[in-house]
Amino acid sequence: MEGDRRSRILGGMSADARNVTIALVSTVVFFTVVVLVITNSPGWPEVKTAFFNPTVFREAFPEVLRAFWLNIKIFCVAEVFILAFALVIAVIRSLPGPVFFPIRALAIVYTDFFRGIPTILLIFILGFGVPALGLSGVPTSALVWATVALIIIYSAYVAEVYRAGIESVHPSQDAAARSLGLTRAQSLRYVVVPQAVRRVVPPLLNDFIGLQKDTALVALIGPVEAFRQAQIDTSATFNFTPYVAAALIFVAFTIPLARLTDWLNERSRRRRLAAGIAP
Amino acid sequence: MNASPCLVLQDVHKSFDKREVLKGIDLSVAEHEVVCLIGASGSGKSTLLRCINLIEPIDVGKIFVVGREVTAPGVDVNEIRRGIGIVFQSFNLFPHMTVLENVTLGPRKALGLDRTQADAQGVELLRRFGLEDRRADYPDRLSGGQQQRVAIVRALAMQPQLMLLDEVTSALDPELVAEVLSVIRELAEGGMTMVIATHEMGFAADIANRVCFLDQGVLLEEGPPEQIFRSPSNPRTQEFLQRIIAAGRL
Repeated sequence: MEGDRRSRILGGMSADARNVTIALVSTVVFFTVVVLVITNSPGWPEVKTAFFNPTVFREAFPEVLRAFWLNIKIFCVAEVFILAFALVIAVIRSLPGPVFFPIRALAIVYTDFFRGIPTILLIFILGFGVPALGLSGVPTSALVWATVALIIIYSAYVAEVYRAGIESVHPSQDAAARSLGLTRAQSLRYVVVPQAVRRVVPPLLNDFIGLQKDTALVALIGPVEAFRQAQIDTSATFNFTPYVAAALIFVAFTIPLARLTDWLNERSRRRRLAAGIAP
Repeated sequence: MNASPCLVLQDVHKSFDKREVLKGIDLSVAEHEVVCLIGASGSGKSTLLRCINLIEPIDVGKIFVVGREVTAPGVDVNEIRRGIGIVFQSFNLFPHMTVLENVTLGPRKALGLDRTQADAQGVELLRRFGLEDRRADYPDRLSGGQQQRVAIVRALAMQPQLMLLDEVTSALDPELVAEVLSVIRELAEGGMTMVIATHEMGFAADIANRVCFLDQGVLLEEGPPEQIFRSPSNPRTQEFLQRIIAAGRL
């Protein structure tokens, strides 16, 4: 008995330890092979000085990081507007009845149209086009209109995410709310939308990650954010290392978001399992 | 006796697509009366209750609640629903709200009570049905019987003139049925007017003033429970009850 138990415990531990060891060894082998292949390639010495120059990196990194602050500002401002605006579009799209057909159709056209336009094109059109109109009282900053373009495009995506959430709430929930005498709007506001939003948090975070990266597109019409700053540094030094610095900064920012998304997904999956509902 | 009945149905028809589910139902329910609807699944019991609460619009006929035609054009359906409580087979509690929030949502948003008032009233009702200590819990922490009792309290919080119960024990484990039935019995004793769709024949025999047998969208037979359960006159009623007895449910 005693010996049996000990061997089971030891067996369990060694199985865990074995898994960790295998994972470690295979990772080390994999990256060693990759590094060897790259560093032994014929062009490696040139690539190394062009992309991985420590001196250039040390000089460029603080500047790029400072410029990245603009990316964060664009991201935060755009996200607030996107979350609100997309919810309005999603709610409009889920209004029932023939009376609402016109605005429902408008919402459908909106999501279809702006999911079809490449983000970069809308940034160019709004960023160059609107200031050129010379309207008084309308901002002429390219930065403002580039951010507006991001808001317009991402709202179309996020509206679809919200809509999926709204449609996933069982109609019996709405029936229960309406049977209490709540109006359709009250039922949406207090019963349907709160449940819908909780369910779509993970896919929403996924869109956040996309938006965070796409803030770099703003650079193409002028504003100096991280990518543009890297471009400036590159043309000053004739060295591509600043791009690597910018890439590292973007990755450092999006990886925590990605992990958070995975964690939320896993948590909601476990909750559904615990509640006895099929995932 | 009361001059104007609590609920009157006149020739109510309802179809889903081309299938007629209710084929001309006439029914009158007096104040304080408890009417049980029995019949096989698909006989139209649930649809009838959903039509009375205006969740499903009817195609033909009229429905009056306390003398007022609720199916007339231009009637405010939200106002009508406030006076009619309905409890569903699958509870349909709001999973993102606590028990007390479930109970007070209607009074606060539909009746315009402030939070203090609604909370006080809600806690009082929960206490009456032995649920006070669960008020801060979310529905998924409750047993099925407790959830269904909360659903009944949620409907009662609107102080309805009429309660509709749609097979409220059908989704429950057998050992949880009794606690829900005792709540309904208490309501009946308190004089609540109720229309109850049920498969619990013993309960129907016990609690109903009148039993109505629905068969394929037609109200085939109605009468006091003794008459319907002991000496039903319609052959289809006899056949249905024999099946129930054979299944050991009566």
